Amino acid sequence: MITLKVNGKSRQFDGDPDMPLLWYLRDVAGLTGSKFGCGMGLCGACTVHQDGVAIRSCVTPVRAVAGKEITTIEGLGEHPLQHAWAEFNVAQCGYCQVGQIMQAASLLKKTPKPTDHDIDAAMMGNICRCGTYQRIRAAIKSAAKEQA
Amino acid sequence: MKTISNCSRRGFLRQSFGAGAFVLGARFLPAPAHAALESAVFAPNVFVGVKSDGTVLIVASRSEMGTSSRTMVPLILADEMEADWKRVRIEQAIGDSKYGEQDTDGSHSIRSFFGVMQECGASARTMLEQAAAKEWNVAASECKASAHQVVHHPSGRRLGYGELAASAARLPVPDKSKLVFKKKSEYRYIGKDLPIYDLADITHGKAIFGMDAKMDGMVYASVEHSPVLGGKIQSVDDKEALKVRGVSQTVVIPDFKPPHAFQALGGVAVIADNTWSAFQGRKKLKIAWDEGENASFTSSEFRKKLQATARQPGKVVRNVGDVDKAFASAAKVLEAEYYTPLLAHAAMEPVVALADFRDGHCTLWAPVQNPQAAQDTVAAALGIDKKNVVCNVTLLGGGFGRKSKPDFCAEAAILSKQLNKPVKVVWSREDDMRFDYYHTVDAMYMKAGLDGAGKPVAWLQRTVFPSIDSTFSLGVTHGGAGELGMGFTDWPFAIDNIRAENGEAVNHVRIGWLRSVANIYHEFAIGSFADECAHAAGRDPKDYLLDLIGPPRIVDLKAQGVDYPNMGPIETYPVDAGRLRKVVEMVAEKSGWGKRALPKGHALGIAAHRSFLSYIATVVEVSVSADGKISIPRVDTVVDAGMIVNPDRVRSQFEGAAVFGTSIALMGEITATAGKIDQSNFHNYPVARINQAPVETRVYIVDSSEPPAGVGEPGVPPFAPALCNAIFAATGMRIRELPIGKQKLV
Repeated sequence: MITLKVNGKSRQFDGDPDMPLLWYLRDVAGLTGSKFGCGMGLCGACTVHQDGVAIRSCVTPVRAVAGKEITTIEGLGEHPLQHAWAEFNVAQCGYCQVGQIMQAASLLKKTPKPTDHDIDAAMMGNICRCGTYQRIRAAIKSAAKEQA
Repeated sequence: MKTISNCSRRGFLRQSFGAGAFVLGARFLPAPAHAALESAVFAPNVFVGVKSDGTVLIVASRSEMGTSSRTMVPLILADEMEADWKRVRIEQAIGDSKYGEQDTDGSHSIRSFFGVMQECGASARTMLEQAAAKEWNVAASECKASAHQVVHHPSGRRLGYGELAASAARLPVPDKSKLVFKKKSEYRYIGKDLPIYDLADITHGKAIFGMDAKMDGMVYASVEHSPVLGGKIQSVDDKEALKVRGVSQTVVIPDFKPPHAFQALGGVAVIADNTWSAFQGRKKLKIAWDEGENASFTSSEFRKKLQATARQPGKVVRNVGDVDKAFASAAKVLEAEYYTPLLAHAAMEPVVALADFRDGHCTLWAPVQNPQAAQDTVAAALGIDKKNVVCNVTLLGGGFGRKSKPDFCAEAAILSKQLNKPVKVVWSREDDMRFDYYHTVDAMYMKAGLDGAGKPVAWLQRTVFPSIDSTFSLGVTHGGAGELGMGFTDWPFAIDNIRAENGEAVNHVRIGWLRSVANIYHEFAIGSFADECAHAAGRDPKDYLLDLIGPPRIVDLKAQGVDYPNMGPIETYPVDAGRLRKVVEMVAEKSGWGKRALPKGHALGIAAHRSFLSYIATVVEVSVSADGKISIPRVDTVVDAGMIVNPDRVRSQFEGAAVFGTSIALMGEITATAGKIDQSNFHNYPVARINQAPVETRVYIVDSSEPPAGVGEPGVPPFAPALCNAIFAATGMRIRELPIGKQKLV
């Protein structure tokens, strides 16, 4: 039995401890905001926070987050990034955008005023096949300003 | 030709619109010229309803995969109806022929539905005005709809749409000839930057994609397919798979019967109570395959065959003047070969479908571009009538053409019928990449004869590629007119002697449409070769391109003997060299062509292309570092797509096309060894990331009142040649095959 905390709520899991956190969240806990894209930590669609830091939930076994605080998009609350995403109409299909926002939220926490280089370095693990990158960059900068 | 009927009393709509709702349905009957080109279905395609609380419900019959169709098509109706967009609710249509054509591909949602949406909106508005006039016992001419209400101007009385809904429902639909449409200056929403309907749901993780669909009692399935197309199962050992925690059973999905079309591929499904267990179980399956004849397919060998074919005369598909004679007298003759590989769609959401079969009926929830094709495919797979298949369309996590092929829906349906419970089939990224309907490989041969001044006097081009038609028919050896009409037979060259030929090729993998389709390889070769000719002639590439396009004129391809389907009626959407010229001139000006000072190692390249009835010119600025690393600081693109519904969403599509084009140009390549696809995930099939994508794409939209044309796809074709032309300008190295990434630039 594994105990973990998801969006502030304590949860118990008695399934396979090797199950990636992503599938626990999606198929067991019913939190489908985090997306499946690659299963290898290559695309970032599954990004959630572990104790406030972005991780790839598709390659993180549930056992590795026992006792940790997990935050998904459902628990992020209203974030300046979401306003910025609306301001710049970032999303096209939208599938990767939750992962992008979770990654960007982690970036802003650590680096409140990111440079272009900081943004590229933090966001290059998150693929957007629709190609919304230039708006993602603009939105992150705008949210950083709003936060300041 | 459209007819609109009042269908408020139709029972099937009550559930959605509520009793007493006023509901309009429109039928879209394509004009005869259209009918010859498209397999038209004469059935209703769009509905609008007003609830008594004033909520306007608009049915989106187009799928949403990122192009904003789901928002923008209903928006046209809302604007014409004078509805307040804040009080509009969009209802996603199920697959149903009553909506007319529902295949969200070919960049045609706006152009095919603008008129019908307008008419539907105008009819609704007129009927609401008439209802108010009746209520007040005044002349309808004194009543005017405005922002969700009807106003009687002489008295200042007002009634909201909700209050008028019940009485409007009792009125006959006005004749089309009596409708008065809003003027362009009266539009509230069309022409403005409006956000997509689902934006807040997307950013809050509430949007429902196919991957998120669920149903009570649902199980998960992951399917092991033959690694070679058409391979058959010899034996299955599932003992170890069944030991995986969460796995309940395995099910064999029968082989498809050629041609494969949209049929399920066949294989062994592992059923589990969660996705991951199904994936794990699959890894433990032991299957012996009879791989069949496609095991002979190795892409490196196949390439040689295509290129050898391209060096030989092929089937003539366009012939103007006498190229052989002109080559003989040309001052200079240039030849070049171009090659582009197979590509995967790699939408961020791998294909996925949820099916529930019970009592002879099948209900689907799936991210499909073409829900009616899903109905057909599932009906055929289950041996039931199409009307007993309900296809609910979720949001699509990207499509790019992959999700217009509903093979994965058939898998889910077959499994649900077998298991008697709802089944969600989830493809892994590896499945998605190895069992795609690939964008086809192509070899091109180009030859130009220039006169003493460098002007082209003869132009010969050959294209050789396995055709998409091979997905649907056996024995296909040549490209279809549709594929050849994508940038090959229709390029508006102002050259006296032109010959275009198509050589023979057969397929060994599933081939399908990918964003902008055959335009990708045709424009890569033509756009690059035009640049080669310019340099050989010692001319500026932009000036040379303009000369190649020639003077403003309508190019009559039919008169040149070309079997040219066009993507819309040729009378409405002729091949207009003047519009192509104009975008070239404009992009040159906007990009500072020939004027902008560039840092060392930077250079500009240009290409222009008409596709999906739109005219696009692109200038790419490339930076090539001393060690050969490429970056793309800036892209300028001019778009003439006729009338525009939402400029911001048009810009976003061309920003995205530049990134999609970057992936194709720099890194996209699918290869096969002994019939098996070599790539599996984003580590060996990379796509552009934020640090590789163009830093800034500037999109300029030509202000136009021409009929609306395509937006989702036409940004892609000119990108790769413009980039490669820029690389030539920066380094002197000519790129003749894609992707660029594996080639040494310095």
